[in-house]
Amino acid sequence: MTASIEEARRGFRERLLEAGVLVVLGEPGLYAKSGVFERVYRGVDALTETTLAHLGAEVLRFPPVEPLALFEKTDYIASFPQLTASLSVFTGGDLEHAELLTARAEGERWERFLEPAGVLMSPAVCHPVYALLTGTLPAGGRNFDVLGDSFRREPSEDPMRMQAFHMHEYVHVGTAVSALAHRDEGAPLMHALLESLGLEIDYVPANDPFFGRAGRMLAKNQITQSLKYEFVTPVYGDAHDPTAISSANYHETHFGQAFDIRDADGEVANSSCLAFGLERITLALFARHGTDLGSWPAGVRARLGADA
Amino acid sequence: MTGAAAREADIAAIRDALGRFGRLSVSAGSVAPETDLYGVGFTSHAAVNVMLALEDAFDIEFPDELLTRATFGSIAALADAVSRTRAAA
Repeated sequence: MTASIEEARRGFRERLLEAGVLVVLGEPGLYAKSGVFERVYRGVDALTETTLAHLGAEVLRFPPVEPLALFEKTDYIASFPQLTASLSVFTGGDLEHAELLTARAEGERWERFLEPAGVLMSPAVCHPVYALLTGTLPAGGRNFDVLGDSFRREPSEDPMRMQAFHMHEYVHVGTAVSALAHRDEGAPLMHALLESLGLEIDYVPANDPFFGRAGRMLAKNQITQSLKYEFVTPVYGDAHDPTAISSANYHETHFGQAFDIRDADGEVANSSCLAFGLERITLALFARHGTDLGSWPAGVRARLGADA
Repeated sequence: MTGAAAREADIAAIRDALGRFGRLSVSAGSVAPETDLYGVGFTSHAAVNVMLALEDAFDIEFPDELLTRATFGSIAALADAVSRTRAAA
């Protein structure tokens, strides 16, 4: 009998924990990563850079949080309220501190004594790029190589669904033609890279998990307009839906309009991105090749620079 | 109210919602009923806000099968969707 998807996820999680690939931190979807995880992860990340080196992308690394004003412009709270996380901080004086400590001593939750800081956990690593581009782009647009922490509030027992994770994204901002070309010329290179690591990959139309009734409309639009594609692989066997480990996305003028970015002809800019889910690719490799790195195919280890 | 007058009233309310939430590159009052809204700056995200405003204004809830890009493609298509939703209620 085939295991249910929940059993399959728990089983994979148990194998990762027993082998010491991941270490639990007491909250679903939050893990410490061990040395063996990190070796594979770094190999994967380095391959994303060599695969897309020809883009000559400008490198930007962002902190794991973003200002509220920037977050507002992305409309993220309209589309994904269920994933949003805001930072709260203590702004009181001695009196409020004493109240907090009293509540804490009585075993109460004390976070209610904190105030929203106007800073949000960054849910998508490319957001801050657009805020830097308000104005007019040069002819040909611009390419960016962005990597950073993302946080999405979706606690899960599925090790493939972490709350805190990293995306390495290659973003293009330019015209509709150049943005589509960026996505559609980059996707086959991503596909080849992932397959070269021994993964069985399908490239399929996809939609983001937009919230609520209105979200169902956005999701349908995304599919019918072929805006988003995912690279999926059968982490939990062929009996279950495959899991997305990377994506290729065309945003149309969503960010160009929100951040008032113009292409060289003065039209509202279009954008697209090629996004590698670094933890997901790494874990898919452990699912495919086993939790003992030493027994992986030599060619895969060599590709990852993890053969010593 | 005659059918034609009711439709005119619906279109006026749709133009109002488009003006407030459509983020069009032109004035909603100047958009002809058959004009492709996506050709004048309308986006999927703006369409969501227009949808919510219309549901509020008409006190209706669009059925799932009408929540498509085509439904929000023109003022006339929106007016059709409003009357279909009202008829099904």
